[in-house]
Amino acid sequence: MEALKVSPGFEKILPQEYQELVEDGPYGRGLAVKDLGTFKEVIEEHPLCAGCGLGLAIRLILASLPDPGNTIIVGTTGCNSIVMPQVAIHNIHALFGNQSSVASGLKRALRLRYPDKTKDVVVIAGDGGVADIGLAPTMHSWFRRENITTIMLDNEGYSNTGGQESGMTRQGVVVNMAPVGKKFPKIPLHEIAKAAGCAYVATVTPARARRLGQMAKRAILIARDIGPTYVQIFCPCSTNYKFPPSETLKRAKETEITEYMSPEAQEFIEKIEKESQSRGGKE
Amino acid sequence: MSTLLGFPKNGYKVVPGPETYLSPSAAAMGVVLPNEGEALIEGDIVPEEVAYEEIANRLLSARNPTLFPGPLVLWAWSEKAVAKARALLEMVGEVPGMKIIPMPDYRPKYPMINPKVEINPNHPNLTIWHNNIDVCVFVGVHCHFANLALKIIRAGTDCYTIALCGQRGHEDAMITLRDVHAEEVMDLTDTIRKVKMERLSC
Repeated sequence: MEALKVSPGFEKILPQEYQELVEDGPYGRGLAVKDLGTFKEVIEEHPLCAGCGLGLAIRLILASLPDPGNTIIVGTTGCNSIVMPQVAIHNIHALFGNQSSVASGLKRALRLRYPDKTKDVVVIAGDGGVADIGLAPTMHSWFRRENITTIMLDNEGYSNTGGQESGMTRQGVVVNMAPVGKKFPKIPLHEIAKAAGCAYVATVTPARARRLGQMAKRAILIARDIGPTYVQIFCPCSTNYKFPPSETLKRAKETEITEYMSPEAQEFIEKIEKESQSRGGKE
Repeated sequence: MSTLLGFPKNGYKVVPGPETYLSPSAAAMGVVLPNEGEALIEGDIVPEEVAYEEIANRLLSARNPTLFPGPLVLWAWSEKAVAKARALLEMVGEVPGMKIIPMPDYRPKYPMINPKVEINPNHPNLTIWHNNIDVCVFVGVHCHFANLALKIIRAGTDCYTIALCGQRGHEDAMITLRDVHAEEVMDLTDTIRKVKMERLSC
């Protein structure tokens, strides 16, 4: 299947949303963040809180997938898990914390099942799922050099369970259900990712939309051929951190944008982006 | 009659509800799946020819028969899927007034489903109620979502459910055939034509 196709005779009975996805969806079109607003997106409504940084980050990631029709997202419990099942892309909800193990097995199985095709397996999970409860599976997927991308939506706490601190909460911060303040610093997971063998590591925020899109795309492309990749996206939480929803992007800008590539990954990205530009590529 | 595991079947019948808020799974009540050449009618194993005739009778007697095609036949992901879809459209054409309401995927719908135009495995009862469906046919729905939907329908509606399964059948449907591919759908269409002719000649 090259793109989404309907069995002959069933076209007209599909609900409007699906007809639009077939006619104007992102599958097989190589779209990017700058194309948002010109095509039917794989999710257009979500039940997250007003001003949620995750909502925007997820939208930007989904718009940046190099091949959405051949992408499988593996997620776990967290704010994002109430969105992901509604996305018109294959996704799996793993047990809390074992998403990288599920993704590793899935990637290997897909390689056996579809030896002639490229299937992207992308972990999208929160900071609790990646850095606390799922830290061991996450790191071991990096140690094993699995060809998967891990994207952490970092809202610096457990937000949909009332507001507990996570390892990614900054030192001294008081959240709803952690009244004495965080006693140790934020886990430097992006540094750990480099040491653990990731070929590409980036920290970004949804306030830098095109940069986020570019980083997500690079991470997925590098994971295909070279090795594990990690993108950490700072997604401020107005509910847990008690700031007006309109301030989300302002707060999101407070984080540092960093990008690391292994020499092999650097060479690979330069090559494919040069090729893409010569073909009049999007980003 | 006892099941494979030796548990008594307790006389449990898979019949239209509303049964109860939390309907038991038919498997838990001792209903087992049919072997090759067999089918299930209301939990009892019968030769598949008997089930073909019963499906034809149920569809031709229905006030509002409806086909619920799932992703395995709605999407043209293989030649076999396309052939089965074509055969299903031919079958629908033989049943007077039969409608088609699709289940394109299994995503929960936010903020809510439109029961007039689609069915969702998480709340199939809404589509049954909204459209006053009295007999429905599930086809091309992955196993666990089909069983979930069939159980919810039995729990909360009085709709008669039929499952045309490509694998081993669905014990939670009132009638289920197994190993149904394009050829078997065409056989069912032939049975519908035959029963129609018999009724006309009476």
